[in-house]
Amino acid sequence: MNDMTPTREQREAALEGMGCKRKRVEDIRFTQGKGNYVDDVKLPGMLHGDFVRSPHAHARVKAIHTEEALKVPGVLAVITAETLKTVNLAWMPTLAGDVQMVLADGKVLFQNQEVAFVVATDRYAADDGVAKVVVEYEALPVLVDPFKAMDADAPVLREDLAGKTSGAHGPRKHHNHVFEWAIGDKDLTDAAFAKADVTIKEMISYHRTHPSPLETCQCVCSFDKIKGELTIWGTFQAPHVIRTVVALIAKIPEHKIHVIAPDIGGGFGNKVGAYPGYICAAVASIVTGKPVKWVEDRIENLTATSFARDYHMTTELAATKEGKVTGLRVHVLADHGAFDACADPSKWPAGFFNIVTGSYDFPVAHCVVDGIYTNKAPGGVAYRCSFRVTEAAYCIERAMDILAQKLGMDPADLRLKNFVKTEQFPYHSALGWEYDSGDYHTAMRKMMEAVDYAGLRKEQAEKRAAFKRGETRDIMGIGVSFFTEIVGAGPSKNCDILGIAMFDSCEIRLHPTGAGIARVGSKSQGQGHETTWAQIIATEIGIPADNIMVEEGNTDTAPYGLGTYGSRSTPVAGAAIAMAARKIKAKAQMIAAYKLEVHEDDLEWDIDGFRVKGLPEKVMSMKDICWAAYNSVPPGMEPGLEAVSYYDPPNMTYPFGAYLCVMDIDVDTGVYKVRRFYALDDCGTRINPMIIEGQIHGGLTEAFAIAMGQEIRYDAEGNVVTGSFMDFFMPTAVETPHWETDFTVTPSPHHPIGAKGVGESPNVGGVPAFSNAVNDAFAFLGSTHIQMPHDFWRNWQAAKSLGVLA
Amino acid sequence: MPKTHVTMKVNGSEVEGLAEPRTLLVHFLREQAQLTGTHIGCETSHCGACTIDIDGMSVKSCTMLAVQANGSDITTIEGMANADGSLSALQEGFRMMHGLQCGFCTPGMILRAHRLLKENPSPTEAEIRAGISGNICRCTGYQNIVKAIQYAAAKINGVEFQEAAE
Repeated sequence: MNDMTPTREQREAALEGMGCKRKRVEDIRFTQGKGNYVDDVKLPGMLHGDFVRSPHAHARVKAIHTEEALKVPGVLAVITAETLKTVNLAWMPTLAGDVQMVLADGKVLFQNQEVAFVVATDRYAADDGVAKVVVEYEALPVLVDPFKAMDADAPVLREDLAGKTSGAHGPRKHHNHVFEWAIGDKDLTDAAFAKADVTIKEMISYHRTHPSPLETCQCVCSFDKIKGELTIWGTFQAPHVIRTVVALIAKIPEHKIHVIAPDIGGGFGNKVGAYPGYICAAVASIVTGKPVKWVEDRIENLTATSFARDYHMTTELAATKEGKVTGLRVHVLADHGAFDACADPSKWPAGFFNIVTGSYDFPVAHCVVDGIYTNKAPGGVAYRCSFRVTEAAYCIERAMDILAQKLGMDPADLRLKNFVKTEQFPYHSALGWEYDSGDYHTAMRKMMEAVDYAGLRKEQAEKRAAFKRGETRDIMGIGVSFFTEIVGAGPSKNCDILGIAMFDSCEIRLHPTGAGIARVGSKSQGQGHETTWAQIIATEIGIPADNIMVEEGNTDTAPYGLGTYGSRSTPVAGAAIAMAARKIKAKAQMIAAYKLEVHEDDLEWDIDGFRVKGLPEKVMSMKDICWAAYNSVPPGMEPGLEAVSYYDPPNMTYPFGAYLCVMDIDVDTGVYKVRRFYALDDCGTRINPMIIEGQIHGGLTEAFAIAMGQEIRYDAEGNVVTGSFMDFFMPTAVETPHWETDFTVTPSPHHPIGAKGVGESPNVGGVPAFSNAVNDAFAFLGSTHIQMPHDFWRNWQAAKSLGVLA
Repeated sequence: MPKTHVTMKVNGSEVEGLAEPRTLLVHFLREQAQLTGTHIGCETSHCGACTIDIDGMSVKSCTMLAVQANGSDITTIEGMANADGSLSALQEGFRMMHGLQCGFCTPGMILRAHRLLKENPSPTEAEIRAGISGNICRCTGYQNIVKAIQYAAAKINGVEFQEAAE
């Protein structure tokens, strides 16, 4: 063999395909300050818009005086609800089937609600104008406590819904009620509880928090009056959905709306929905004839543009005395704030909360979610989460620990005893899902071995004894978490957004010289799609990843896709990419057969091209096939080499993992130290292990933040008291623990490449691991459940309430 | 509002312009000097996305006025590559160690790390973590940022760095 002929290994490596720790192509521009984020977009004559916001959480708007603002140099217009009514945009539909005020229409319902939009020549002048708008308010009684929302004498928040006894998701039973969502078999569940040896009941709250990506929400809208076309650059996780929403509500033909999501500085669910800023900037551009930029500041982001969680879950488990679970009952009070602006698939008012049976074989379960209105910001976005899966995982993982405590069992043993067994997959859960695959016992045992679980429990027992003897003031907690996610929304049979099925898409076009472009309906916000999508194509069709350009985010060029959130990109768009690549490969095989003068069936795939079976020297590389596609295709075949795939997944995917946190807490100060955090993830086939690890580090850090302090908190008057990075916990490199990662691989049986999605797993599994560690630390002092977030002060309070402080 | 004429050296080139007394340095750099690599994440000095290097110090440019920077010598992310256009040790380290995801904090993080390594050419992990604690990253969990800075330190110091990105 010629020395210059590359070996199979060299050919394989040259592709940088799946499984390779390919360095990211995005980083070349990002490390040089050459990213193109929305605030970097600058157009000739561009104006800036800024909001007048309500200081009140609930008040009637008596009058808005704009005269003085309009005298401010540079201020060109002040838009109010009255202006918006002329174009029928004072209110907008939410993704959850509710309506939301774009600008205050008669009243305000949460602090920092948008009241007026000042448009000026630059951002400073816009701010000056905001300061000069005078709004007369008449304060109204404020509703903050979700548990008082449905009291008979609770204030009426949504006067626009007066007399409406049903909403988008069925009957409403109170003026502050949004929906009731019930699932499972109530009678069978009640019967299981009636005959259970052991039951537990606990109200487990998952507090309100916020995704808070480092880049806030922003847009630039430019309306061309001559062409009647609107172009929007925006921080959009789902640009095509934004285009369709704009077409539906602004009555501009969809082909005349161009939505461009350029580089995005993190999303974490914050950038899925449509916000008043987008509508106001678009209307301002139509009114002024100039491009208008709107850039949210951090306080606005934390207080007005969506929130996450705020689920109050009364959870009951039934079990035998040996520790076999026999039933699960959950009632959730879901605080949706002033408008139901959840970004869930349309038919799922509580998202996929019915994954709450977790990794365990519950014969029966029943779950009811009541959504309610309060005087808080609207939203309910999935913060690094697939639609309420984080809430569900926290609920069941905390409840399993509480049950273990009551039974006197080790929490790991209780889990092992109740896991869905490998041979039960595909597994039909009591609340209606079909888990595609899993190997929970292997993952759990691998984790327990890796951390020397038995050794840790022994050490803890010794520490507890020492504490009781007064020899230490530190308590040690071991937090076990085993989660099952449901991601990859989703199959058209059960998932849509505003009627659009939640497929995703890819178009691949190969050029004559063996390079190409892939356009995809997903939209990276840091996940590295430009790198990983090319890796899938490289493995599928043997063109080096470096020769594939990946493009997302431009609705004029990308095929229609539902965007990136809910860990759906790899399960759905990733599948579309593989399927489009396979269409190309099928055509390539016909071309190769023609050129090699053999029958197609006589060819076999070999890394980067086809070879004739039994004649390994008779080959045609994909590079050569690309050239042939443009000059000598078989008679009757169209030239060119491109394909489009729209992929409607047959099922969700079900990533899982086993996490463990070891924490020490000083009871006298409440100061905690995370001594160790181990995360084993199974996301099926691994496309780029480097990026997977990066996703896990990031998700664990967000989980750490949420569990240990990150909260959007309101006082009794509805003032946000954690509205900036001063008070909203944002861990730095100093607080953030060291992460140990590990994995098993259980491919998804229905996904073309077996991948399941990973971005959200660490947040889903991380929060219960931290919270269980804190709760486990205090358990031997007589505590059953301490609510999150577990900051120093709350830890100290817990110690105090347990009587262990001097 | 009356404007003041300001001049500063940015990445080796003279930049001049008119700034209101209240104009933040970060806005001057982004909108007048057209250097949009420096980002804004919080405007309360917490996140560090706007970190630049001024006269040998790390400064959060959202908390300094353009007029205060008159006459100063500034380095931003656009001035961090090697003279031949190749990635500097820090830029390369961030890429090799997967020390960035969305890229929004990266310019500030690299500028902060640049000054840190000038002050302490061989920092321990704890010193790196403390040294970048004025810069928030929402994506990476910092672990690979620490490695990126260790990679750069080793490269600058001419020693081998073998740690792989996790």
